[in-house]
Order: sequence, then C-alpha cells, then structure tokens
Amino acid sequence: MADASTNLKSLLPPVELRRQPVVENNQGLGWLTDKLSAFAEGKIPLWWWFFFLPSAFCATVILPFCLFYQVTTGVGVWGNNHPVMWGLDIVNFIWWVGVAHAGTLISALLFLTRQHWRTTIGRMAEAMTVFSVMMAGLYPAIHVGRAWFDWFMFPVPNSNGLWPQFRSPLMWDVFAVNTYVMVSMLFWFMGMIPDFAVLRDRATTRVRKAIFSALAMGWTGSASQWHHYEKAYVVLCGLCTLLVFTVSSIVGLDFCTAQLAGWHATIFPLYFVIGAVFCGFGMVLVILIPLRKWCGLQDIITMSHIDKVAKLALVSGLIIDYIYAMEFFIAWYSGDPYERWVFGHRLFGHTYGVLGWMLIGLNVVMTQFLWLKKVRSSLLALFIIGVLINIGMWTERFVIVVGSLYQDFLPANWGHYKPTIWDVGIYVGSLGTFAMLYLLFVKFLPMIAISEVKGATPQGNPHHPLGGAKGGRH
Amino acid sequence: MAEFDSPAAILAAAQQVRDAGYQRWDVFTPFPIHGIDKVMGFKNSLVGWFSLAMGGGAFLSGMGLLWFTNAFDYPLIVGGKPMYSIPMSFVPSYILMVMGGAIGALVGMLALNQLPRLNHPLLKGGRFELVSRDKFMLVIGANDTQFSPVETRKLLESIGGKHIEIVEED
Repeated sequence: MADASTNLKSLLPPVELRRQPVVENNQGLGWLTDKLSAFAEGKIPLWWWFFFLPSAFCATVILPFCLFYQVTTGVGVWGNNHPVMWGLDIVNFIWWVGVAHAGTLISALLFLTRQHWRTTIGRMAEAMTVFSVMMAGLYPAIHVGRAWFDWFMFPVPNSNGLWPQFRSPLMWDVFAVNTYVMVSMLFWFMGMIPDFAVLRDRATTRVRKAIFSALAMGWTGSASQWHHYEKAYVVLCGLCTLLVFTVSSIVGLDFCTAQLAGWHATIFPLYFVIGAVFCGFGMVLVILIPLRKWCGLQDIITMSHIDKVAKLALVSGLIIDYIYAMEFFIAWYSGDPYERWVFGHRLFGHTYGVLGWMLIGLNVVMTQFLWLKKVRSSLLALFIIGVLINIGMWTERFVIVVGSLYQDFLPANWGHYKPTIWDVGIYVGSLGTFAMLYLLFVKFLPMIAISEVKGATPQGNPHHPLGGAKGGRH
Repeated sequence: MAEFDSPAAILAAAQQVRDAGYQRWDVFTPFPIHGIDKVMGFKNSLVGWFSLAMGGGAFLSGMGLLWFTNAFDYPLIVGGKPMYSIPMSFVPSYILMVMGGAIGALVGMLALNQLPRLNHPLLKGGRFELVSRDKFMLVIGANDTQFSPVETRKLLESIGGKHIEIVEED
C-alpha cells in the first residue's frame, strides 16, 4: 500500500503546474458561509460611505439635472453638430456596453467551459454587466433628441399606421440592448436565489428575514430543486454566451453598414466584441482589486484568480492588436484613396492625431506588460493597467466615432467636435450611478455566489476525501 | 428528518434509503451534489423544453412581426430589396429567441419547483436552517407507504443520520 501511494505522489505534476485551489486557507463549508455573507451582514464600513456619498450625489443630482436640461432643451446642448452628429453619446454607449460584456463572458462562457475559479468572481462580474448595460441603455434613449418619441422604436400600433423600419441595424440594436438588459438581470437574479436563502436562514432581524424570504421565494435546496435549477442555469448560460457575441456585433453593424471611410469595414462586428471584452476585463480588475481587500476576501478572490483575469485581458488585448493591424492593412490594401486618407489621418492628422497615438500606446504597448509574471502579481500595477485599458478603449471609440466623421471629403463636411459640459456631466452622472448601484449591491446582496463556491471546494465534492469520501481520490 | 455532515455521507445515505424501498423522500443540500440525480432517479429536467418552447415561439413571432409590419400592413421599399426576406428578419428574431429562451428557463425552473411559495413546513426554523450553511438533510415523507415512526428512525440512525426529528405540517 505504502509503495502504491508513493508512486501515485510521484506522478503528480510539479508544484508550479498544479491546479490552484479555488479558495485558500479553506476551513470548511461553515467557515465559507460565514466569510462570504459577512460583508452583507456586518456594519457599513467608513470607506463605503466615502465612495457612496459622492457617487450618490452624481446619480441623484448631477445626472437628473443634466438629463433634465438636455431633454427639455435639445441635443444642441451637446457638442454634436454637423458633420459630427454622433459624439460622446455614442462613444459612451459603446463603452458601457463594452464594459458589460466581460461580465457575461466570465459568468456564462467560463461556466460552460467548467472553470471552477469563475465561481468566486462570477457574481461581481454579472452585477457589473447589469449596471453597465443600464447605463448604456440611457444613451440611445436620449441621443434621439426628442426622448418622448422613444416609443417610435418599438413596434407599437399607432394612429399614424407606421411601423419601425427593420432593415436598419439601429432597430436591431434596440432589440439587442433591451434583451441584454433583461437577460442579464434574469441570469443575475436566478443565480442569487439560493444565496438569498442563505441570507434568509442567517437573518437575525425580522426585517431582514422578511426581505430575504421574499427574494428567496421559498427555496429549500431540495435535490429536485437543484436538479431543475442546474438545468435552467446551463440553458441561461448558453443563451447569455450567444448575447456576448451578438450585442456588440450589432453595435458594430450600426457602423459598418454606413458608407463612411473608417466605418465601412467587415471586421467591425468582431472588432467591437473583442474590444468590449478587453475593456470589460480592465473594469473587472479595477473593481475586484480594491473590493477584495476592503471586503476581506483575499482568500476567496485569490491572486491566482486575478492572474487569470489578467491573462484573459492579455489575450483579448492581443486580438485587438491584430485587429488594429488588419484595419490599417486593409485600408492600404484596398487601394481606396479615401480609406487610406482616413487611416493616415488617424495617426498623423492635425486634430485628433494625439488620440490615435494614445490608443496605440495604451491598448497595444501597455497591454504587453501583462506578459510579465511580476506585473500580473502586483495588484497596484494591475489596477493601474485596468484603469488605463478603460481609458484606452474609450479613446478607441472616440477615434472611431468622431475621428471618422469630422473630416469628410467635401469642404462642407469639415468640422470639429468638442464635448460640452453637458456631455461630460451626463458621463460623470452615469459613472456615479454605476458606482452607487454597485456599492449598494456589494453591501446588501450576496456579492459572491455562496452556493457555487461551496460546490467548487473539495469539501463540496462527494468523491473527494475532504467531502467525506472513503478510499481517497477517484 | 435526519442530518448528515458531508456530501459523501448524504449520497451514501440516499442510496440506502432508496434501496430500503422508500418512495417519498428528498435530500436538502447547500449546493447541488454530484451524482445525487442518479440516486434519486431524476430524468432529464423539463426546463430545457420550457426554454425551447418560449425561445422558438419568440423566434417565430419575431419573424411574423417583421413580415406583418414591413411587408404586409405597411409595405416598405428599402433600397429595392424584397419586401420580406430572411436576412433582414433573422437578427431581431434571433435576439427575441434569446429573450424568450431566457424567460422560459427561469419560468420553467420556478414552475417545476413550485416556486415562489410563501410557506414551507421545513422552513419554520430550527436545524433546517443549517441546510443553507454546511449540513445535508434527508427527509422521508410521513405519507410514504413504508413510513413508520420507529422503523424509519432506526433506518436513519443506522445510516449515520444525526438529530433525527419529526417535522409536523400545520
């Protein structure tokens, strides 16, 4: 016997190749439950108020004020004017949709590929998706100018006898974004049902008990409930994975169906999907790194998980680099003088050339630092890279939208674009609203999928010695 | 109702309860246990069919909606294209399919689990609250034909159950 076990041990892979545990310093299922629900049950810490109050100010004062002024006055309060009819409204829309995508990718696609480490960060990534799609949805609704006619975009029978024109990808966008909001919320909510039950059973006050009982809807955790739940979860993951690849593709189609040099490229749907995912991974780093420290979750969201997110950011960043190269190559290879001019102008033009180089510097050069293990194990470096990825991707959308519009090929279409205070105000307001919603989520809802993490530990595996199995691993 | 400490213990206990011939019993666990579906004899969940029905229905309604609005009720000529064609109607219908499928999955899951429900005899408190923490419960229904307060308790004790108690339905 002794011989056999030593032989087995020598067959294990070397230390650096072994799979990292999902949870470090794991002391059992009860300990995990306490740890994961501690933040939602404990006192509100000072740092929370420090971030909550300013973001609540943005959400409840700045955003409504700017929206009120913009809707009552008109889109003229923005910097948008001929020839730049799409400005920060669309830039921010694409940016917010992009941020959302990594959340769905982490929670859905990594579930389908059975990556156990996603259990710890999946919920936080989903929340990021839900809130940022909400912010994204705001922009198309207001950029039409007369927001009270938004219902024209839906196929509602009306006295004019008119219907939306479904050949336009802009109409597809209406469907895509609404579906994305709805499905990501459903997915997020369904994932939380068993965890609401955890908080219900732990509740100490009557109010908490009542609220979480209502949210858990009578979940008992019986085998048949889990059976149907798991099936529904797989189905939802599959559908969400479809959305990862559809929503940004349709946003890309909005551009590439236009006959405008700089937009009219078949690579756009893929370009926007990968750009979205890249930007989203940056945001995941920005959110996870401080929260894991402040909420005391270093054992749950381990360095190994952060490392994996950084690697995914690197992979999507490399695809982005390839697409940049292709864009420039095709512009040259097409032989189309207008295309060539636009892409030359992107880097060497007089007005926004700096932004073109900023885009290369941030999205191409800086991403390469993620190759280094040293960078991937430094939280500060990753946080800074996460912020810079977001700035870089925002710049990219600005360069695509404004950079292609502001210099057309007729003198009448030569212009400039400068965002006004109202452009900036709405963006700041949407950032604040996002932060406020996220802080509320972190404080009051189960921010880590408690039941999923438990199921991914050795203690939760009936075929593992720690899960009570006799006779060792099999 | 009997309590167990580990996923392997509840899996073994479930096997023995099944082999003893009980019909109306269930296990309650903090997370899905790998292999329990087989022991309980579950067939493939119907949730997938709910999702397919809703998703397929939404897809067909989407196709119909686009035909009705752009080709039938108010024929709209755009770029000299046919009034109705698959490429123009596929994308919105596909998006509607995703939405329908997702709603179908959630609704199907809730319906098959008979949720939401406001009251459940097991949820009255006591040790059952530990199910969402780190305990694994096995409950044998008193309406099982084989149920007897003495024999069933003996069986649960013999397979290692702790804190065996009888839960009353009110």
